[in-house]
Amino acid sequence: MPEKRTEKIEHYVAPLDETPLHATDNVAEDVQPLSLWAEAWRNLRKQPLFIISTILIVLIVFVALFPGVFTQTPPNQNCLLANSDGDPVPGHPMGFTLQGCDVFSRIIYGTQASLTVGIFATLGALIIGGTLGAIAGFYGGWLDSVIARLGDVFFALPLILGAIIIMQLPFFRENRNVWTVVITLTVFGWPQIARITRGAVLSVRNADFVTAARSLGVSRPAALVRHVIPNSLAPVIVVATVNLGIFIVAEATLSFLGIGLPPDVMSWGNDISSAQVSLRSNPSTLLWPAAALSVTVLSFIMLGDALRDALDPKARKR
Amino acid sequence: MTWYIIRRFLQMIPVFFGATFLVYFLVFSLPGDPIQALFGDRPVNEAVAAQLREQYNLDEPFLVQYFLYLKNLVTFNLGNDFSGRPVAEVLVQIFPVTIRLAILALIFEAVFGIIFGVVAGLRKGKLFDGTVLVASLIVIAIPIFVLGFVMQFVVGVKLGWAKPTVGGDAGWLDLILPAIVLGLVSFAYVLRLTRTSIIENMHADYVRTATAKGLSRQRVVVVHILRNSMIPVVTFLGADLGALMGGAIVTEGIFNVPGVGQRLYQSVLRGEGPTIVSIVSVLVMVYILANLLVDVLYAWLDPRIRYA
Repeated sequence: MPEKRTEKIEHYVAPLDETPLHATDNVAEDVQPLSLWAEAWRNLRKQPLFIISTILIVLIVFVALFPGVFTQTPPNQNCLLANSDGDPVPGHPMGFTLQGCDVFSRIIYGTQASLTVGIFATLGALIIGGTLGAIAGFYGGWLDSVIARLGDVFFALPLILGAIIIMQLPFFRENRNVWTVVITLTVFGWPQIARITRGAVLSVRNADFVTAARSLGVSRPAALVRHVIPNSLAPVIVVATVNLGIFIVAEATLSFLGIGLPPDVMSWGNDISSAQVSLRSNPSTLLWPAAALSVTVLSFIMLGDALRDALDPKARKR
Repeated sequence: MTWYIIRRFLQMIPVFFGATFLVYFLVFSLPGDPIQALFGDRPVNEAVAAQLREQYNLDEPFLVQYFLYLKNLVTFNLGNDFSGRPVAEVLVQIFPVTIRLAILALIFEAVFGIIFGVVAGLRKGKLFDGTVLVASLIVIAIPIFVLGFVMQFVVGVKLGWAKPTVGGDAGWLDLILPAIVLGLVSFAYVLRLTRTSIIENMHADYVRTATAKGLSRQRVVVVHILRNSMIPVVTFLGADLGALMGGAIVTEGIFNVPGVGQRLYQSVLRGEGPTIVSIVSVLVMVYILANLLVDVLYAWLDPRIRYA
């Protein structure tokens, strides 16, 4: 082991005649290497894409939790038909809907439903898809084949198509609320997460640290949970973040078709859907909730993109 | 290669049965008695109802119904829908429309997505690249029905460049606007995928070798970078063909295209089991065959992949 040097080395590649040769590869040996996540965090802090999307998401979550902070107008009371399709006036910056309700206030209060659907559908897909994908990748064999075929079956049905059929089932038709939409999106969202998880687990399964853990007597399930899964989370989290945005769009699409959230639940999808009749006379009632939805979805997709750049060492080099 | 195709073909079978069974199961536990619905407000004529139930095998246990259906499917005897029209006739009428729509959308997303993606990828970090990237994210973030409404209003009504609603007999030209709306989101995905793939391959060793051999930049880009970058793009496009056909429900609704999506939506609302299952079975077959085609294309595109 070379003698520890005290002076700070500015450049790793130094002019050879000035610097003793060993200094060139004497890269601070006493410093602990950063973990994948710590290094990613160091990268992320400097990325404008990450900063913007995080600020937006924090704001959106805050709006969903405390809508009363942002608007004094209750969304469903004081709807005067005299205001039907009205233009913006002071205190009502985005005008009125066909029913004479305040558009801005409805958007603020609609945040909750859209975000809840997105977050819980993503969690559901992560739990089911992540578990099945990890088991398939780690144990392989017939379990892998069965789970892969099962995923293919759900994959072969397009999301909207499957959702239409599920939402017509008696249970779903009678209890139409946020949670039935969450279940529907989970049922058709898990195969993608399962595929990604399986791939990530496969690439980690035979790593040295897993072999080491196993030879120290760690059982297979314990090795999977403690060593393999934490090290294969990165790509799964990236996809899940992007999917959160896509689930919000899917909820809006289902509500638009009249089989998502019931009309009395305030959500952006319902607002867009009910605004379509007045698109030609008063396009702003459709465009404002659509804009709110798009900005939310965009923030999640941007966050996913930033995470992918930070977590993929291959992409970072360039 | 032949063996590989045969193996993949055999793997398709359980997926096909699984998917049709899933749909059959969901459809035939739908609420409401479709036979009763046929009578509307009038009292049900029990003799007629019983005959109809027998004709559609609705009096058999569920599993028997499913196998009878499969038997009919294999013999192309798809039966009649509840208004008495043969399902096969309905399929012949609606599928060409949606196939045209999906092909136009696929051409749109492939051509423009690959062109924009290649240019953006070759100019990574430049203004064009940044603009295209942001624009593609915005397209992904806007729900397809909002895009549809806005395009219909702006292009169809305000500018008058295309028919806002298609209706009756849908020709190729009428379907261009709906196809663009249908393909827009996938266009953004194709663009981003192509761009990433190009950037990844630009620094590959074989590209350096090709340049070092003295090949022209054009040849390096077209023959070496592009061909290898197309592998993930082709996968996506193949899988997307099925998704486009099944996902056309919203677009067909907005532009009033008499295709699969619209018919399927109506059938679900009416509880027309046989029609739903027939349509979905064909869609699933299209999806699986498209994926098989993609796997075969792989071997042609990437000389490293050879199937034993």
